[in-house]
Amino acid sequence: MVNKATRPTDDLLGQDLWNIQLDEQGQLKHFLTIEGLGSNILKQILDTAESFAGVNASVKKVPILRGKTIVNLFFEASTRTRTTFELAAKRLSADVLNMNISVSATSKGETLLDTLRNLEAMQADMFVVRHADSGTAHFIANHVAPHVRVLNAGDGQHAHPTQAMLDMFTIRRKKGADFGKLRVAIVGDILHSRVARSQIHALNTLNTGEVRVVGPKTLIPKDIEAMGVTVFHDMQQGIQDADVVIMLRLQKERMQGGLLPSEQEYFELYGLTEERLKGAKADAIVMHPGPINRGVEIESSVADGPQSVILNQVTYGIAVRMAVMAMTLGGNVSKANQEDAS
Amino acid sequence: MTNILIKNARVIDPKNQLDEVTDIYISKQRIAGVGAAPTNFTADETIDANGLWLIPGIVDLSARLREPGLEQKANIKTEARAAASAGITTLCVPPDTDPVIDEPAVVELIHHKAKQAKQSQVVTLGALTAGLKGKQLSEMATLKKAGCVGISNCKNTIDNTQILHRAFQYASTHNITVFIEAHEPHLSANGCAHEGPIASRLGLTPIPYAAETAPIAQVLELIRGTDIRVHFGRLSCARSIELINEAKASGLQVTADVAAHQLHLTEMDISSFNSQCHVMPPLRSQRDMQALRRGVANGAINSICSDHQPHELDAKQAPFPATESGISGVETLLPLTLKLVDNGQLSLNTAIASITCNSAAILGLDVGHLSVGSTANLCLIDPEKEWVFHSADMLSHGKNTPFSGWNFKGKVTQTIINGRTIYIDK
Repeated sequence: MVNKATRPTDDLLGQDLWNIQLDEQGQLKHFLTIEGLGSNILKQILDTAESFAGVNASVKKVPILRGKTIVNLFFEASTRTRTTFELAAKRLSADVLNMNISVSATSKGETLLDTLRNLEAMQADMFVVRHADSGTAHFIANHVAPHVRVLNAGDGQHAHPTQAMLDMFTIRRKKGADFGKLRVAIVGDILHSRVARSQIHALNTLNTGEVRVVGPKTLIPKDIEAMGVTVFHDMQQGIQDADVVIMLRLQKERMQGGLLPSEQEYFELYGLTEERLKGAKADAIVMHPGPINRGVEIESSVADGPQSVILNQVTYGIAVRMAVMAMTLGGNVSKANQEDAS
Repeated sequence: MTNILIKNARVIDPKNQLDEVTDIYISKQRIAGVGAAPTNFTADETIDANGLWLIPGIVDLSARLREPGLEQKANIKTEARAAASAGITTLCVPPDTDPVIDEPAVVELIHHKAKQAKQSQVVTLGALTAGLKGKQLSEMATLKKAGCVGISNCKNTIDNTQILHRAFQYASTHNITVFIEAHEPHLSANGCAHEGPIASRLGLTPIPYAAETAPIAQVLELIRGTDIRVHFGRLSCARSIELINEAKASGLQVTADVAAHQLHLTEMDISSFNSQCHVMPPLRSQRDMQALRRGVANGAINSICSDHQPHELDAKQAPFPATESGISGVETLLPLTLKLVDNGQLSLNTAIASITCNSAAILGLDVGHLSVGSTANLCLIDPEKEWVFHSADMLSHGKNTPFSGWNFKGKVTQTIINGRTIYIDK
């Protein structure tokens, strides 16, 4: 960065990661990563989600996005996440198109940009994107027509911002709005986890008292401390006196790469058991982005136990996704919402 | 044949320890005189170079011209022309073409195409193993006879250390320099970014230092106590320089180069997923970049090269990990090198040496200097010319560069190869 003079916008360079997400008024335009967004935006997402949380039960639909077309563009298989985005869009009265594009199909010739241009020609207003490569949502946001919005539903190991926000929503509901007094431990495969990265950004933006990551050295990325976390390799120490324990899913392929010897040893060292959970605060909540590997990262009795809020997370996911869709596409959300309620 | 007189240029010729305003006489494609006219010299053409620098033609240790095999990206003619416009008169091509340079026919094809192009001269490295597959030694002596100036396995691994060991011995038997691009494929598997805070934050698969330093250390142990000549290309880590320095101090005949972009960019430059900064080895930390600059300044690193890798537009138009690595670099080699001089990081003499005579010595070529009798390869530079580099203006077929929009000072005005003006800035 030393010798740089000017950086033109007309060349092949991407914009800064954080600027591209906001419009000129500082309102959310795309939702690609938590990084760079202020606590005001995050709180706005949570508050908006709160206003939608009731929609699920009483009013089935609100007309905020009537006439808008949302394309779920999934390059990685995912039924659950896609379904919650689809439900969120439908409750906002948008038309939804689901595109499941296997990576092998794109590698046969059509580039990602070709795919985008084709879908844009179908008058899409928003792309909800999931892709195995880090940076995909950012790449797409840099290349779509100006009126098209992009939501990141998970890009490689980089970010999964709606998951992080539904986790923040869950924590706020269960633990109150003051994150400053909370100690949060994220346990497991941090290295490959886009969920963990987005959670860390969100927790720190909301001024969480202490954010810890817990795992063996093979699953903790280098210099992760720079993101504002404390690293623990011992599970018991890592969750000691925690208010929130977030367990991450362990992928089976981690055994092949020499990152771990076996699922058994992993469960023995890092699995969340009832016994271990006693080290956390008595009223600690247990979270998991799903899907759960019972007996690998978490014991069934904990996953189904009284401290688990795993199913709440799934429910809140719809409200949070409605919130970011409405904020990026719908203009004045609270007003529209009130009109509908009246 | 034209006799050319270049008058009043500031002639900078590090090999001959020359830096003064003088005249250069060219006759019969060679330097016929420096300062004093040779007997019976009559100039057919006189160039007034008052206010200009005259340096030996630049020698680039690593430029992928994409022919044969990847002509959708570029070809020898376009790239040799782009290089000539940037003052480069000799280009060295690594053997990872398609087909691989592991038999004389491919060497001849490339030399033939380069001759037809009548631009920068092109020399080749041969493959160290057949097909670069790391299993069987290539016919090195035959390749040398066909014109290869060295051999390399590029970034392709040789899993069997005994094959590597014997390759060094065999190359040495035939007095051939081995060119190494240190790269341990398992440690860098699917990686695209330096293992550090940026890769961790962006979720990019990391490449640790050891992917470069471990194979360097291995090679140095394999050649310990021998006089085998080994050149390490495209260093990116501070620790690599320490290893090279230790090896030089112990008397080993090793040399090293660095790509020009590694002296100006760091991991910070990929923080907005800028695929133009996707390179191999990856851009590393600020500390590494500073060490590389110091390495060039103190001679630990002998040469700066372009590591030219032109791409078609699509190759960089994808999410960062899915893009192809590399920068189209011939047109920024001299500007980036001069920028280090301008910023006080390098002396002008060291800067010019690192892209001319030092590189030529590594290739064993009698170019890169202006001695009387040598081939007249040289370029003229307007040192005061301030200009903005734009990718759209590039002559290379590949417009992939992170330097578009950068301000540079000093521009090539004329390039002479073999006594002929190949490029002139209008």
